[in-house]
Amino acid sequence: MDHKRLTLFAGHYGSGKTNIALNWACWLRAQGLPITVADLDIVNPYFRTKDAEGMLAEQGIDLIVSAFANSNVDAPAMPKEVYGLVDGRDSYGVLDIGGDDRGALALGRYVPSIIAEDDYEMLFVANAARPLTRTVDDALEVFYEIQNACRLPFTGIVNNTNLGPETTAGTVLASVPYAEGLARATGLPIKMTTVEKRLVTELDGRVENLFGLSILELYYMEKRGV
Amino acid sequence: MTEKVLMKGNEAIAEAAILAGCRHYFGYPITPQTEVAAYMAKKMPKIGGTFLQAESEIAAINMVYGVASTGKPAMTSSSSPGISLKCEGISYLAGADLPALIVNVQRGGPGLGGIQPSQSDYFLATRGPGHGDFHVLVFAPASVQEMADLTGKALHLAWKYRMPAMLLADGTMGQMMEPVALPEPHEAFGTDNPWATTGTLMAREHNIVNSLELAPEVLEQKNLARFERYAQAEAEECLWEEYLMDDAEICIVSYGITARISRNAIVQARKEGIRVGMIRPITLWPFPNEPLKAAADKVDSFLVVELNMGQMKEDVELAIRCRKPVDFCGRVGGMIPTPDEVLDHIHALAEGRR
Repeated sequence: MDHKRLTLFAGHYGSGKTNIALNWACWLRAQGLPITVADLDIVNPYFRTKDAEGMLAEQGIDLIVSAFANSNVDAPAMPKEVYGLVDGRDSYGVLDIGGDDRGALALGRYVPSIIAEDDYEMLFVANAARPLTRTVDDALEVFYEIQNACRLPFTGIVNNTNLGPETTAGTVLASVPYAEGLARATGLPIKMTTVEKRLVTELDGRVENLFGLSILELYYMEKRGV
Repeated sequence: MTEKVLMKGNEAIAEAAILAGCRHYFGYPITPQTEVAAYMAKKMPKIGGTFLQAESEIAAINMVYGVASTGKPAMTSSSSPGISLKCEGISYLAGADLPALIVNVQRGGPGLGGIQPSQSDYFLATRGPGHGDFHVLVFAPASVQEMADLTGKALHLAWKYRMPAMLLADGTMGQMMEPVALPEPHEAFGTDNPWATTGTLMAREHNIVNSLELAPEVLEQKNLARFERYAQAEAEECLWEEYLMDDAEICIVSYGITARISRNAIVQARKEGIRVGMIRPITLWPFPNEPLKAAADKVDSFLVVELNMGQMKEDVELAIRCRKPVDFCGRVGGMIPTPDEVLDHIHALAEGRR
């Protein structure tokens, strides 16, 4: 799969951005590239990239995250190091943007520099099983709200339709017309169809740009015993 | 598209309330329940409902009082510090015999505390959140599915008994995502409410909905009548779930998120041959006194697991009249026990018995 220096994942909250960003970062790292993950989420109090801090360190991936993430403080502050990643251009960057237009607002300050460099992919993550993005029209509403809030045009669609542990190949296949509808309406390509690793063999060759997700601990919460 | 949807607990509450017929939501943002308000803000204008971000939690609960007075279902949601602010309004709702749904997605306290999950508002919820003699119905969901199911139930039982109901969740339940089968939309309710300001249908002088009563004799009678309704709710509406209790020698009592952790600990303990089961209260008021009393005849000990310093432990001891020892396992401040921590307590109880 081709890639740019910066990959940004934005979308409706709970669409799977953080999880996909972590998997994408690991995949890029496996190609031997220097990778930095930047957590730009100012809206989500729990389940942050910080949960994966140890795993990222093991793979030699740098993480930029607010000092307040996963703490008892709700301070929507952005670390200064994000400028280093966006302007410095030394490392490949994977940017995890907060949910909806409110989350995307925080991206705005970096956009002039990102557009000037013009080596980015801005991906819209959509899950047709999420109640507020079930139809193409509903998803488009969120798509344009985000784009207007951060002023960075999307360049591709990520179809992440899933029901968590209850996802089957059928869930993914049934979402193909939805993803194609989104692509048609926006004029953008389907960059990836993301599925859990366990479904990759079954879906191989049946959906566009299949990308297997091996890191799922964030949303299963199994490590917390819940 | 798919039958089920993938939802955060907070979203499930909001959607279920809409499906149950609620068209009036008033709130004020606070982590970790803000998604309830965010969802309502998106959805209510599209279906002809009202979403209003009030200037404070106090204003929001009094707006709920206003809508409830007209016989229409209304709700508000907040997290622990915000619920403290709403307590005056909840007492007024109880005093005026008005139904309403109050959602509390608990966080660590006291005071401003923190934004991580907690169950330390157990006392506040179950003892009547506010001044005066009263109760609210309290529901403690343990899955996103149950958050959806109990939201509708809470709204309707609030109507049946003309009393406020509280959905008592915690930050983890509010934020976690699970597949949900949404309930069927409920037909409109609240159209025939003779007690409402609109209840006389303009046929005679309007009703006045008020919690003030100048004559002490009358106020006493109102309190007594209210407690007759409470007695009926206690007799008919108590909900709980039993898990592996048939041969249990140790009985865990836990609700909400800690019941899920306890369940994992029980599975492990059973593999080791320890006979442990669980009684999970689904309503915290009314409290499942009867099944606990019955369990006290069979088990050697109880273990209460909560995200607080042992608040429900007192209710368990009361329910079983202190006939068996009641141990406690809890974490506070936003910390959550692991299944292994619960298992350690189970081991200690099992060894003590031998």
